[in-house]
Amino acid sequence: MSDTFKLNIDGQDIEVPKHYTLMQACEEAGAEIPRFCYHERLSVAGNCRMCLVEWEGAPKPIASCAQTVGDMRPNRDGSAPNVRTKGDYVQKARNGVMEFLLINHPLDCPICDQGGECDLQDQAMAYGRGGSRYEENKRAVDDKYMGPLVKTIMTRCIQCTRCVRFVAEVAGVEEIGMISRGENAEITTYLEKSLTSELSGNVIDLCPVGALTSKPYAFNARPWELRKTSSIDVMDAMGAAIRVDAKGDGVMRILPETNEEVNEEWISDKSRFVWDGLARQRLDTPYVRVNGKLVPTTWGEAFEAAKAALAAPADKIGVVAGDLIEVEQAKAALDLFRAMGVQNTDCRPAGAAYGTDGVRERYILNPTLMGVEEADALLLIGTNPRVEAAVWNARIRKSWLWGELKVGVIGEAVDLTYDYDHLGTGGDALANVASSDFFKVLKDAKRPMVVVGEGALCRADGQAVLDAALKLAQDVGAVADDWAGFGVLHNAAGRVGALDVGFVPGEGGKATAEILGGGMETVVLLGADEVDLSALGSAKVIYVGSHGDAGASRADIILPCATYTEMDATYANTEGRIQMTTRAVQPKGEAREGWAIFRALSQVVGKTLPYDTAAALRAGLRGPEGENTVFSGLGFAPGASGASALQTAVTGSAGTISADAFSTPIDDFYLTNPIARASKTMAECSSLSTALDTPVAAE
Amino acid sequence: MLLDKDRIFTNLYGLHSPSLEAAKKRGAWHLTREMLAMGPDWICDQIKASGLRGRGGAGFPTGLKWTFMPKEVRERPHYLVVNGDESEPGTCKDREIMRHDPHLFIEGCMVASRAMRAHKCYVYLRGEYIAERHAMELAIKEAYEAKLIGQDNDNGWDFDIYVHHGAGAYICGEETALLESLEGKKGQPRMKPPFPANAGLYGCPTTVNNVESIAVAPTILRRGAEWFAGFGRPNNSGTKLFCISGHVNKPCNVEEEMSITFRDLIDTHCGGIRGGWDNLKAVIPGGSSVPMVPAEQIMDAYMDFDTLRDLKSGLGTAAVIVMDKDTDLIKAIARLAYFYKHESCGQCTPCREGTGWMWRVMERMVKGEAEHDEIDTLLDVTKQVEGHTICALGDAAAWPIQGLIRHFRPEIEDRINQYRLPRAMVQGAVIAAE
Repeated sequence: MSDTFKLNIDGQDIEVPKHYTLMQACEEAGAEIPRFCYHERLSVAGNCRMCLVEWEGAPKPIASCAQTVGDMRPNRDGSAPNVRTKGDYVQKARNGVMEFLLINHPLDCPICDQGGECDLQDQAMAYGRGGSRYEENKRAVDDKYMGPLVKTIMTRCIQCTRCVRFVAEVAGVEEIGMISRGENAEITTYLEKSLTSELSGNVIDLCPVGALTSKPYAFNARPWELRKTSSIDVMDAMGAAIRVDAKGDGVMRILPETNEEVNEEWISDKSRFVWDGLARQRLDTPYVRVNGKLVPTTWGEAFEAAKAALAAPADKIGVVAGDLIEVEQAKAALDLFRAMGVQNTDCRPAGAAYGTDGVRERYILNPTLMGVEEADALLLIGTNPRVEAAVWNARIRKSWLWGELKVGVIGEAVDLTYDYDHLGTGGDALANVASSDFFKVLKDAKRPMVVVGEGALCRADGQAVLDAALKLAQDVGAVADDWAGFGVLHNAAGRVGALDVGFVPGEGGKATAEILGGGMETVVLLGADEVDLSALGSAKVIYVGSHGDAGASRADIILPCATYTEMDATYANTEGRIQMTTRAVQPKGEAREGWAIFRALSQVVGKTLPYDTAAALRAGLRGPEGENTVFSGLGFAPGASGASALQTAVTGSAGTISADAFSTPIDDFYLTNPIARASKTMAECSSLSTALDTPVAAE
Repeated sequence: MLLDKDRIFTNLYGLHSPSLEAAKKRGAWHLTREMLAMGPDWICDQIKASGLRGRGGAGFPTGLKWTFMPKEVRERPHYLVVNGDESEPGTCKDREIMRHDPHLFIEGCMVASRAMRAHKCYVYLRGEYIAERHAMELAIKEAYEAKLIGQDNDNGWDFDIYVHHGAGAYICGEETALLESLEGKKGQPRMKPPFPANAGLYGCPTTVNNVESIAVAPTILRRGAEWFAGFGRPNNSGTKLFCISGHVNKPCNVEEEMSITFRDLIDTHCGGIRGGWDNLKAVIPGGSSVPMVPAEQIMDAYMDFDTLRDLKSGLGTAAVIVMDKDTDLIKAIARLAYFYKHESCGQCTPCREGTGWMWRVMERMVKGEAEHDEIDTLLDVTKQVEGHTICALGDAAAWPIQGLIRHFRPEIEDRINQYRLPRAMVQGAVIAAE
């Protein structure tokens, strides 16, 4: 039996795979099929009835989204079945459906946030009647509470159930459903509770009408007045593709774009709703501390002050790079401080044990984010991907739900939205992993995957944990010629890029804990706010960053920096993929791009860096023509090509692993970085989720 | 007229005991072991040869349906699910079977299960059927105790039967919604394909049959396919339970030969039309879902699938609703429209929105508070619902209204005119004072 099927669509002969739906076949033939309920990443509901087509000989029109081509029959004479996507018959059927959709729709487009980008509006242009024949009263539906992110105007709902299917299938929390029946059917969260998913904002994009819209964005702008810029997200280490919509000098909203290899078409709520933090608490001018008080100043004076502070002996200067640092800034800063003889540089503010041996494959996610769809066993060590890489967690769930993936966890037993074997919470479970049942699962798997997170690496025995994890990966056959199943899941967007440029302690240099542990005369913080600054003593602090957060309040000199929406900047995501953000708005006030600050500072301190433009800096990163470096091109993610570097035996153990539990690296998903902490929306989400976590007396 | 010796349901009126002992005396569980031993192919062939068509409304050949099940049981078990969610307005036949002849029915379940190689049978009962559930459970208990069913029973085919109570939703009588409900989910029809014979209950091969279709099977096998096929016209064979309600002198349930004429049926069993045959106005011959047929067309028509289909109606469940000339047909159909609006599951757009629209227009038409051209609009709306939904509820909601407009349009127009008569100064339907 052949696995393709011949069809005649609108008079055109076409052959498609048998598993195609008729809708896919029609699109293959170039026909456009309107739809509301169908979404390619969700299960088929077949309930909106907009995608009706004519199958010659069938008694009624066919819902093309639900008809599998392989289930169709050839005509009696053996010729390919004739399908028509145009013509009076189809047009009349679709007109009818459209009329039904509109009779109870409020048609309040002028005040609807979906207006201008609404599926119903667009399709009504093609299939709607000129006027209404409906003489009765329209139905009104009470709005529902879905939390601080999703605004509901349920009268507009057309019951397509995309949101229901999304939260159940992709997000993995069954929190939205349809209650009642017939024309009283309503979409609601059960008991009108706030959604608890980190991906809840995606229902806004999925909603084909204005029933679910963005609460923070409500009535802020119309889609046609927004300037749209494709960029990437830096809220976690995934580097999701986003579109930044801006009006004037303000970012109005952030939407996901499709990148099949990274985020499919989802983004987390933090990525989506952090934008109000881009305008709050901004450092928009340089500051210098005078008489214990920070006062605004000019760049020139700030640089002079910085020069004075950097006159300290090189071994008394420490530099710590934070979570959001871009490659250009890391490179320029590193070049400058190395030129000044400073070896105390580190980009691992939490003290994770990776990156010092210079082997890239030992600190990135070699199997790639998409690789989890090929994997059939996954062991997560000290990581909670639901908060560290929420969109990837949805992909793990997808692989678990639809594929063969089995998951094991060493670390906290949290709700990951899929079932897993819990091997233990602490280092002892990792040390004894060979005796667990899951070891056999890994061993029997064709594509096993071992992923270790910061929760397991940011501790005194981090190096031993990393070695043990790599050894485990080798033992279960996760590292083969065509598969590199070992990886580190990062949670900071800038980390891999900074490691790639070598932002680790130099010869005899000190790491973060020692730099911040006292004894330094000058400490430079590159957006490092999530660190303990209490032991710095009388050290001068130069803070280079964008937001007035912990670092800035301790700083003596503040050099204001642009954020990821305000510059073209390079980031390497957790899988080592090189991507670039795009400037969507101008930097706030006097703020400058990070690399430019260090270029200017280098001139002031007399160590002028050898590049005048970002392009020249990047050319330096890329190295000479023809030479292959990690920065040679955009979009490289290692996959199986990383295997050879992992095959070398793990040399020597850096001590024993303690039995202490792997702690979670992220306490609060919504408040992980200075931008998020400046966002009112994120603060609201955070307080709500904390309240949910606190058990109520009656429970 | 059907002779008493040819009746399958000999305790239809509950005049005798429903107990196992009494049922056996009436012939139930006779030669069951031998029938089962003949194997699935023989059973299916016999049922096919008998010409039995599904008694749940659609009239699909039952024997053919059974052969759709896979020929071998692979890793997924086969299931028989019996649809006892008898909710079609006017229909009240299955309840009599379950209350008074439960053993005939249970035996049928076993025979049908053998035919489709199923060891488990679920009977999905309408939520309101409390007495029927008690009767069924009592009978099942008796059968288990007598080792007629269960594991290692005397009939030689392992067979378990379970009664499941629905919650009283009409839509759960649709076979795939029934399966959803049986699985514990919200009763909403599934898309087909896949058909239940491939992926039904819990994704396993399943056949869903009406209670009556199942209950007649053992008797057909005992008395022979030819006997059953001997009743009725070709392609419409057998005996059938008719539920006659409305304006007849003695409404009743009765087992009759298929293709009996309407006049015979009413005169023999129901004491004639209230006020005589001249007083007959219209008949809904097959439960609320089928279009009505006016008096002059139905009077001497055969009561069978094909004749009624040619009259643009249908035999449906054979729930004959008789309406005499006192009946306000518009109001009657408006009530049915309300029923379908109330029972729509809300999944598909045309049915969810269309049933409410049709009902509201019908309510206005009852009063005459409508425009003349709204009749055409209404007809158009029914056409937009019909055939555009996942299940047939949309069709069922559209057909009664289509039947009304097809045959009694002048009556609607009169009503509109009557409404306007005392309001001569007011143009249109809506009055300012309202």
